[in-house]
Amino acid sequence: MELLKKLTGCWSPSGREDNIRNLIAAELEPYVTDVYTDPMGNLICRKKGNGRRLMFAAHMDEIGFMVTNIDDNGFLRFTNVGGISAHNCVNRGVVFENGTAGVISYEKSVKDLNLDKMYIDIGAADRAEAESKVSVGDMACCNEDFTLMGSCAAAKSMDDRVGCYALIKAVQRAASNKNDIYAVFTVQEELGLRGAKTASFNVEPDLGIAIDVSMVGDTPESARRSLALGKGPGIKLKDASFIIHPKAREFMLQAARAAEIPFQLEAAAYGGTDAGAIHLNGGGVPAGTVSIPTRYIHSPREVVNLADVENTVKLVTKMIEVGI
Amino acid sequence: MLLKELCQRSGPSGWEDDIRSFILSQIKADEITVDTMGNIIAHKLGGGKKVMVAAHMDEVGFIVSGFTDEGFVKFKTVGGILTTVLVSKKVLLGEKKVPGIISAKAVHLQKREEREKLIPMSELYIDIGAKNKEEAQSLLNLGDYGVFAGEYTEFGDGLVKSKALDDRVGCAALIELMKNDYTNDMYFVFTVQEEVGLRGAIIAANRIRPDYALVIEGTTCSDVYGTRPHETVTNLGGGAVMTAMDRAAVSDRRYFEMIKSLAERENIPLQIKRTSSGGTDAGSIQRSGGGVRTAVLAVPCRYIHSPVSVMSKNDFDSVCRLSAAVLKELERREL
Repeated sequence: MELLKKLTGCWSPSGREDNIRNLIAAELEPYVTDVYTDPMGNLICRKKGNGRRLMFAAHMDEIGFMVTNIDDNGFLRFTNVGGISAHNCVNRGVVFENGTAGVISYEKSVKDLNLDKMYIDIGAADRAEAESKVSVGDMACCNEDFTLMGSCAAAKSMDDRVGCYALIKAVQRAASNKNDIYAVFTVQEELGLRGAKTASFNVEPDLGIAIDVSMVGDTPESARRSLALGKGPGIKLKDASFIIHPKAREFMLQAARAAEIPFQLEAAAYGGTDAGAIHLNGGGVPAGTVSIPTRYIHSPREVVNLADVENTVKLVTKMIEVGI
Repeated sequence: MLLKELCQRSGPSGWEDDIRSFILSQIKADEITVDTMGNIIAHKLGGGKKVMVAAHMDEVGFIVSGFTDEGFVKFKTVGGILTTVLVSKKVLLGEKKVPGIISAKAVHLQKREEREKLIPMSELYIDIGAKNKEEAQSLLNLGDYGVFAGEYTEFGDGLVKSKALDDRVGCAALIELMKNDYTNDMYFVFTVQEEVGLRGAIIAANRIRPDYALVIEGTTCSDVYGTRPHETVTNLGGGAVMTAMDRAAVSDRRYFEMIKSLAERENIPLQIKRTSSGGTDAGSIQRSGGGVRTAVLAVPCRYIHSPVSVMSKNDFDSVCRLSAAVLKELERREL
């Protein structure tokens, strides 16, 4: 769990992935043939095999905030980096890369709240003090601790550091690999699957698997959704960004059975994962997504079940070993 | 004057012929290509990295969508134009630049409720002075394009008012920058169809496969009466504008920081854009091929996407100087 704690604790909103990239590269360098960063900032870790290219993508960016204005009294106005609802931000903590901490609050009332009526308070006395700590264009992330609760864990940026965790662990654990394995940690997924687009152009995979969190339908009066916490990773058949390719579906189902883990089939109406970008690369790539069931996605406290996480590691490990 | 001529030429997205032929007459390069979509790609051969400098030559405009029995022209907008901006504006339609006025039911015939709310696009029409449908059809064809008629005027302290400052001001900067000598392999690209979704730039970038791109734009500026301080976006006269993040792209971090320190070093006024709305060709270029490091510099324009957009010549000068410094710096170092 130490690694998951470290990954979720890492500060790296979309477009500012340097910290998380360094952390992951250090974890994987001893286990792979080579590691490189492409012009968009994707981290591509390659483990040589039989020449067929099997790509896994977990996005390493997280949602965040960007400063758009600093006022005379030292308060900051901000915009969202990725999908953020105003109600998830009310009086929540944020932190800038240089350690400057802040609290998000709102002007008059929580009625009809939107981000234009909200601000970040960093405890500055005036504009000069605020400007000595942050600038327009600087980004911030949620500031929350990793917390164990029963068989679950809550943290900021489980989306998609838990996917990064599963991919790192699987590459480290795999006893062998049939194909050339490309473990890709993508950037800017939260802004529209942007990193995965250039990463798959650079990798030209024969098959691509995204590993990402997905919403569950197991909470009180929840919307109907396929997944529940604790029943194993999901094999996503569709969302708004892709429909699984039959080859990818077969590959994933076989690996799940061979790994002897519980798993769930998932059909989602909304959302998107890097598979959406990968499957449209070049002349087309069979692609699928492993879903890690997660509650409260895009909030400062995203909750996963630890047995699901371990079973996801087992599934991805098996996919690496079996290959295509 | 170059900027004036650039602004007065017509080039609604998809029908950029007039502006393209003017730009072609103004530039010199080792190799000049007009690609399949109509982008101008002017290549100045060099040794080092491939650098793409892009400004879009299209502008927001109109397309003729029908004729009424009375001889009025029905139309749709091309690119993002607010309906509030339309009524009583002069437009030029078709290759012959037929003048017309966007109109609606006369104010004294409007019911009280109608007067108080926005007239929907579907109720607007363009009056080209035709007596009937036949006469209108003899002047224009279905599918003809149009643009705002917005004369170029200088006023105040170095201010300019015109249609199409977005992005003819960028085209003017490119033409200036092309006059310098470079050691990198330089591609100056005047793109098409930016206003309808960054379309020309993706084709050009895929053809060029640059290492770096610098996009030069006209951008929003709302430093005016009635705007709350944190919603002004940019300040007229505040210098060149650089984008950290908008809807289309997050600027490459090292590139962004390099430009910020260059501006300081060269003492060129620079403001960081104070919103994340809007988008530029950087979005298309950044994610072309295997990825491209991109940055955006812009001239603030009040009343953008209208016949009367306003900019400051000082800001234009800042953008030109900073862009030149950036292109030089890219010859000296890797990001």
